[in-house]
Amino acid sequence: MSPDLLKFIFGRLGFDSLPIHELILVGTFAVVALGGVTLLAGLTYFRLWGYLWREWFTTVDHKRIGIMYMILGIVMLLRGFADALMMRAQQAMAFGGSEGFLPAHHYDQVFTAHGVIMIFFVAMPLVTGLMNFVVPLQIGARDVSFPFLNNFSFWMTVGGAVLVMLSLFIGEFARTGWLAYPPLSNIGYSPDVGVDYYIWGLQVAGVGTTLSGINLICTIVKLRCPGMTMMRMPVFTWTSLCTNILIVASFPVLTVVLALLSLDRYVGTNFFTNDFGGSPMMYVNLIWIWGHPEVYILVLPAFGIFSEVTSTFSGKRLFGYTSMVYATVVITILSYLVWLHHFFTMGSGASVNSFFGITTMIISIPTGAKMFNWLFTMYRGRIRYELPMMWTIAFMLTFVLGGMTGVLLAVPPADFVLHNSLFLIAHFHNVIIGGVVFGAFAGINYWFPKAFGFRLDPFWGKCSFWFWVTGFYMAFMPLYVLGLMGVTRRLRVFDDPSLQIWFVIAAIGAGLVFLGILSMLMQFAVSFLKREQLKDVTGDPWDARTLEWATSSPPPDYNFAFTPVVHDNDAWWDMKKRGYQRPLTGFKPIHMPSSTGTGIILAGFATAMGFGLVWYMWWLAALSFIAMLAVGIGHTFNYHRDFDIPADDVIRTEDARTKLLAGAK
Amino acid sequence: MTVAVNPSQTGEPVFYLADEHPHPEGYSTSLGFWIYLMSDCLIFAMLFAAFGVLGANYAAGPAPKDLFDLDLVAVNTSMLLLSSITYGFAMLTMQQNKIAQTQMWLLITGLFGAAFIGIELTEFAHMIHEGATPQRSAFLSAFFTLVGTHGLHVSCGLIWLMTLMVQVWRFGLIEANRRRLMCLSMFWHFLDVVWIGVFTFVYLLGVLR
Repeated sequence: MSPDLLKFIFGRLGFDSLPIHELILVGTFAVVALGGVTLLAGLTYFRLWGYLWREWFTTVDHKRIGIMYMILGIVMLLRGFADALMMRAQQAMAFGGSEGFLPAHHYDQVFTAHGVIMIFFVAMPLVTGLMNFVVPLQIGARDVSFPFLNNFSFWMTVGGAVLVMLSLFIGEFARTGWLAYPPLSNIGYSPDVGVDYYIWGLQVAGVGTTLSGINLICTIVKLRCPGMTMMRMPVFTWTSLCTNILIVASFPVLTVVLALLSLDRYVGTNFFTNDFGGSPMMYVNLIWIWGHPEVYILVLPAFGIFSEVTSTFSGKRLFGYTSMVYATVVITILSYLVWLHHFFTMGSGASVNSFFGITTMIISIPTGAKMFNWLFTMYRGRIRYELPMMWTIAFMLTFVLGGMTGVLLAVPPADFVLHNSLFLIAHFHNVIIGGVVFGAFAGINYWFPKAFGFRLDPFWGKCSFWFWVTGFYMAFMPLYVLGLMGVTRRLRVFDDPSLQIWFVIAAIGAGLVFLGILSMLMQFAVSFLKREQLKDVTGDPWDARTLEWATSSPPPDYNFAFTPVVHDNDAWWDMKKRGYQRPLTGFKPIHMPSSTGTGIILAGFATAMGFGLVWYMWWLAALSFIAMLAVGIGHTFNYHRDFDIPADDVIRTEDARTKLLAGAK
Repeated sequence: MTVAVNPSQTGEPVFYLADEHPHPEGYSTSLGFWIYLMSDCLIFAMLFAAFGVLGANYAAGPAPKDLFDLDLVAVNTSMLLLSSITYGFAMLTMQQNKIAQTQMWLLITGLFGAAFIGIELTEFAHMIHEGATPQRSAFLSAFFTLVGTHGLHVSCGLIWLMTLMVQVWRFGLIEANRRRLMCLSMFWHFLDVVWIGVFTFVYLLGVLR
């Protein structure tokens, strides 16, 4: 074939784009390919494709979509953590003239991919998954406001993750750090496909995130059951509402800033260039106007989880519900007024820096109020140290520490010293792991029985807990020390041998966290095997307080046979206390949305379009775009998107539960 | 949330609705669409901000005074404003259930919209021909992106409009189609409002600068 034709078909993709000379990647590819083929063969052998397609891929059920988000988050956690282990090993080794085992070209991709994956494809799916699963149940709804959109959003998130994962084996990922600052990320300094993978991966996933934000806001505002006023919503629902408002009000900013960067790269515009009037600092401002709210997008739902858990396992009503709600709202607003603290060293001058320093410190006030509310909830409670509660207590200790180093960094003169150092790295891992990750684990352990009908095994859960917590402290406390000694982030080799011991300790810590992750996987496996022993027939295994525990575990497709009526903000607790009798007759057909494959198909084309744009395969991008348009418009011609679950089916489901409950007594 | 939650006649608290009515179809749509519009508004806000920052960085290239033809922009603006009025007429006739007239007004709206896009493209072609390309300076990058994004929105609106005309033609003014026309109406007026901002801040103030 002529070179022109080849270039037309494959763009800039060629054999040299495959990283066959990087042994680590070849090995990884072998393992992933082997695992993938085994998985696909297994699915085919057990004839699971039809089941997966019908019951999961095309489902519009918020519970299943939530579970799929969680699976995505956990799978991507393995990838993101593999990057972390490589970095820790590299930094522990690269002393005394040793170059370590990662060449610069690879190492720079590793730290970029680690950040991108952990934030966008681990933390976000875990948080979104929990909100998706829990919120409609907590507000007594049957599904979200726009069930099809929910499915589409999920698959767009997967599409973004697929693009990022593809960069591992086809081409390369960005070498710019996780926010891809120009001019480094501009075409002159990053001419290869890495940044393009970054851009399109995030754009595809970003569409999904924004839409799911709109969806959940509508769900919370419009679909609450009778009696549930705003001030009777469970705190997790409140924090979810605020998080989704933050999503809708900040992700468009990310969309724009990445679109402008791609115009610079593809069209040659001058938004963030050094010449022709461009302004790289505008990129830094814009991306942090998204980036700071993003931090709260992640941590607010975690705060909600801790509120539910603390209250449930202390056997007490949450202390200071109203102040908790106001604190959440205040954090939501303040999170927009602090972005500049990410670059005090930009040189905005003392007044601007002071303003942002002070707003940043002010955020610690509502956060502190929350902390005291949790403590007062525990005070004189009958605390049960089940796994969710253990994670919550680990959070309280860890997060306060991270918060205090945060306030320290908020002081501009101190930040001038600590900026870009490992102290900063230690700080944000301290709050993200201590807050978001511990929160997600508390949530997983807490709501797992609701999702699957059996509890998680406590032994392996405790192993995971202790490995994670001790591993976290071992991995990150040395980084505080190193940061104070002036070591900057993203370094690959070191000269000063006296630093090595700290990196070795940090690497051992990362190893402990690895054991924690393995224990968690073990916990899932063991719990599945022991599911009969761990079974929850009551639907309320923790003696909990909010509505999701009023229905069976796992809940039926329609969540509640009759829409609940709420009189108190601990609605289920109130029902239990006042002798609520589960209705046994009078069931009616229930109106539900139908499954559709449109979401996964659209997201598939979007991913293909992203791939085409990364590799300059313009025909692929154009065709995929047209296909998306056609499928999208075609979908609007389908006016019959819901169906009725017949009363007989409802009766059968509810009778089965009645028998189960009778057996439990 | 207006359902009575008071104790029933027997004085027992009511914990569930024995006789419920599902939410009507499209119950959350207008709220959802409003929120979507606000997120889109934020996209424009960012582009305006970028224009605000970069709008005077001509890099020794052409400035607004050298480029903008206010007469042409005035004609273009009137196209878009008229299309908003005719869309309003389409909504009025929709209320009266007059399919043919609704379709006619939709068609006229579409033609005005297409005229707007046509004039805008002519303006762009003219500027590019004169060497004022998006690559020439940060000002031009920001200009083409802001105005172009608006134009892209109008084009999407046109595709949507045509789709809805086909759907009204095939299925009539059923509830779902009315809801969709309502959403497009909000979208269309929203783009009008954004254009007022573009007209004022980019063109008028640009020529003054």
